[in-house]
Amino acid sequence: MNETRDPAYARRRRPVRHAVAAATLAGALPLAACAGDSPSALNPAGAGAIRIAGLWWVLFWISMAVFAEVMALLVWALVFRRRHDTRVRHGQPLRFVAVAGAGVPLVILVVVYALGLRDLAALGAAPGRDAPTVEVTGHKWWWEVRVPGVDGATANELHIPVGERVRVRLRTADVLHSFWVPQLMPKTDLIAGEVRETWLHAERPGRYRGQCAEYCGTQHAHMAFQVVAEPRPQFEAWLARLGSPARQPQTDAERRGQQAFVQGTCAGCHAIRGTGADARVGPDLSDVGSRWSIGAGAVPNDAGHLGGWIANPQTVKPGSYMPPQPVDAERLPDLIAYLRSLT
Amino acid sequence: MSTTTAPAPGASQEDLARLDEHWGERPSIRSWFSTVDHKRIGRRYLVTASLFFVLAGISALAMRTQLARPESNLLSPQEYNQLFTMHGTAMIFLFSTPMLFGFGNYLVPLMIGSRDMAFPKLNALGYWVFLFAGLFMWASLPFGAAPNAGWFAYVPLTDDVNTPGLHMDVYALGLLFLGIATTAGSINFIVTALKLRAPGMSLNRVPLFVWAIVVTAFMVIFALPALNLDNAMLFLDRRFDTHFFDPDAAGNVLLWQHLFWIFGHPDVYIIVMPALGIVSAVLPAFTRRGVVGYVLVVLAIVSIAIISFGVWVHHMFATGLPHLSYSFFSAASTVITIPSGIQIFAWLATMVLGRLVVRVPLLFLIGFIVTFVLGGFTGAMFALTAFDQQVTDSYFVVAHFHYVLIGGAVFPILAAIYYWLPKITGRMYHEGLGRWAFALVFTGMQVTFFPMHLYGLFGMPRRVYTYRSEPGWDVWNLVSTIGSYVLAAGLLLVLIGVVHAIRRGRPAPPDPWGGDTLEWATDSPPKPYNFPVLPQVHSLHPTWDEASRASMGDDATADRTLTDGRRTLLTSELDGRRERVVEMPEASLQPLLLALALLVFFTALLFAWYPVALAALLAGAVTIAVWLWPPRRPEEELGVVS
Repeated sequence: MNETRDPAYARRRRPVRHAVAAATLAGALPLAACAGDSPSALNPAGAGAIRIAGLWWVLFWISMAVFAEVMALLVWALVFRRRHDTRVRHGQPLRFVAVAGAGVPLVILVVVYALGLRDLAALGAAPGRDAPTVEVTGHKWWWEVRVPGVDGATANELHIPVGERVRVRLRTADVLHSFWVPQLMPKTDLIAGEVRETWLHAERPGRYRGQCAEYCGTQHAHMAFQVVAEPRPQFEAWLARLGSPARQPQTDAERRGQQAFVQGTCAGCHAIRGTGADARVGPDLSDVGSRWSIGAGAVPNDAGHLGGWIANPQTVKPGSYMPPQPVDAERLPDLIAYLRSLT
Repeated sequence: MSTTTAPAPGASQEDLARLDEHWGERPSIRSWFSTVDHKRIGRRYLVTASLFFVLAGISALAMRTQLARPESNLLSPQEYNQLFTMHGTAMIFLFSTPMLFGFGNYLVPLMIGSRDMAFPKLNALGYWVFLFAGLFMWASLPFGAAPNAGWFAYVPLTDDVNTPGLHMDVYALGLLFLGIATTAGSINFIVTALKLRAPGMSLNRVPLFVWAIVVTAFMVIFALPALNLDNAMLFLDRRFDTHFFDPDAAGNVLLWQHLFWIFGHPDVYIIVMPALGIVSAVLPAFTRRGVVGYVLVVLAIVSIAIISFGVWVHHMFATGLPHLSYSFFSAASTVITIPSGIQIFAWLATMVLGRLVVRVPLLFLIGFIVTFVLGGFTGAMFALTAFDQQVTDSYFVVAHFHYVLIGGAVFPILAAIYYWLPKITGRMYHEGLGRWAFALVFTGMQVTFFPMHLYGLFGMPRRVYTYRSEPGWDVWNLVSTIGSYVLAAGLLLVLIGVVHAIRRGRPAPPDPWGGDTLEWATDSPPKPYNFPVLPQVHSLHPTWDEASRASMGDDATADRTLTDGRRTLLTSELDGRRERVVEMPEASLQPLLLALALLVFFTALLFAWYPVALAALLAGAVTIAVWLWPPRRPEEELGVVS
């Protein structure tokens, strides 16, 4: 996962604010320690999430102010009103209750409601007609990614050009899921029988973690994905790769691996472009070697984990729909070599 | 102001003997099953709901242990998913509402100066149905067939294709079954509070706790049908291939969500409202004055109940509905915080003006204010659609609703346990033990749930059985897990304190706190007939005013002693004017039999033994017929005495 260490990605946007926040939220150092590579909504990198983070800090400070008011009254009562000779006052300060409990909150709420509407409108502004579009389909438990007009597909990883708004069209193949990239954009649910739209925007290159946020069954925990924001030329290169056949095997091992893939059980569910394997039950594997993880965030994508996954996905991601594969022990390294070469 | 001496008996020894004869229950196995005494039923609600709380709490500890470190294998995903579903379902349906209904059952007749609930047999039925429905649902867990799709059970995950097996049938049938108990209880509370109040208790003298219970009962009556409809349609979809929620056959998956939350959001207040009532009931004793702004608080309670039916879409802010409707529901959800604000500041004003008596119940009320206010802030944040979309379904929302529900319901319930324990058991609790329990519960709660705000904002979604360490959530999860053990230790200490009080506690006087409501004007624990002489109420704080107290003592009259049978008084709804004397039903096995018939009915539906279900339905119908058959008694006994 070394490729996630993009220097821009780790940079903190508003260091002072975050430091104050860290101290106030919990007086906590671990927060500062993990914020750099955390997929945190407070570490926003795109227009949508930046707006929400701004709204959060307004709400946070208002809450702290009101909380201080409540605590002051409580502490005052506890300090000054518990002596045995305290004289009980029987007044009915209705005006105080009405002003502090209804009047002041009403003013605050009207203001934050207006801010909320402003941000809702901003989130709702659809990208332009000619904006790039990515189609994402939720499956139990992985994300299928396609681009209209491009033949191929990939999984659990989608690319966007930096600085541009990208339309994301959301469908589900089975149950409800929710598309969430905390650093870029709040959630949009995937609704069975309907199409939903959201958009993504990243103001700096990087890899941004996303995850399904609507409980969707046994392996909801492992339904993560990455949004890769990159300069326009790289994005176009990704589009081109998506539409072209997978890399041809170069070595004997890779060739044997490809043969094992096409003739074995793999091709029953998976596609690799240009090999004749075109099943669409599981993820398209044409670029599996370059993906950030195996099993939608279950384990890192390296040879060891890949071998373990092929042999028995149920030990890695119990309940997933891929059964253990009857691959010969001597064929397995070839298969791994082939799949790893598909970048 | 109050005294702690026993009320002067306004009834003669002869009267007491006759009351005992009519109301007393000889201890026997039969009476154990046939009792209709609201106090015994109330105690059973409290004990049974506490038992379900322990089970749901143990589920939570298992989950927290699993999440203590990343990629833990302690629980399989299938086990974890059943545990989190049962935790939520049980805490919401089998603990919160029944526990608060238990307090209501025990206290409402006492607080309004009546001898029982309006429909004692219906009350018994409610308890048995609650017990059986709870066991029905929990019994599925050892068989690995417990509900496993979250407590709000979104379709299509819960249809028979995506969740085969009995899991969601248990959920749908269990909640339909339980709904009978909740509905019966609510009707009973409404009629009791409207018709059985002591003479002189006009609406503006009704204790705030009773207001809260009655308003809650109205909410249940209006909210529950939506849930019942939802579950009936889910069961039909799963079992009989109807297509209410099937998008491939013109069904609609969002229909489930709308109906669920039309019930579900009022339900949040159904849970919190009686607990806020507890706060208003407990506070006067420990501030030595009445709650500031009685009318404002009542208006706040009523307006929350009404507004709560117009906010449900804020649970669906990420489903992609039109922004115009979002802006409406966002406004309603924002506004609903104001009545809560009024109540909070009414209590704060009460504390600032009164003299604080710092005992364990007050400590829990302080814990309540701190925690509930924080939960309220995040609640107001969730009212803003844009912010909601970022944090909903993350651990931030888990933090939010635990602040609201532990702060807003569990802390008041704990205050209530310590406050009314002397009344219910006749024994005082150990103050030191109670303070330790408070310290641990409060600390544990904050340590467990505060960090959830953080790792929710850091991107951790809820309902995941495990997580990898890269996103940086592991430290905070460990903190939460440690906190949950502290919380559990504190709750264990509460249990120890209760057991200690029952076995070793000093005998409690009738009025250990100097409380203001009528339950403190009778024995601890109260006799089966509650009051030897039904009070004549002269103020909002009857136990604090001489005239009301004297009405049960020196000023007692025979028309409020009512010793010729199981009798209590009916009064008018608004002014509490005396109307007539009513005869209350005797103990009966019919409620238990009907509940058993329903248990067989729902169990048979679950296992698709439809002829058995039909037979059980018939048996239930016969029981109801016998129950309702007009008794052959002289007219005078039918309640037409005046």
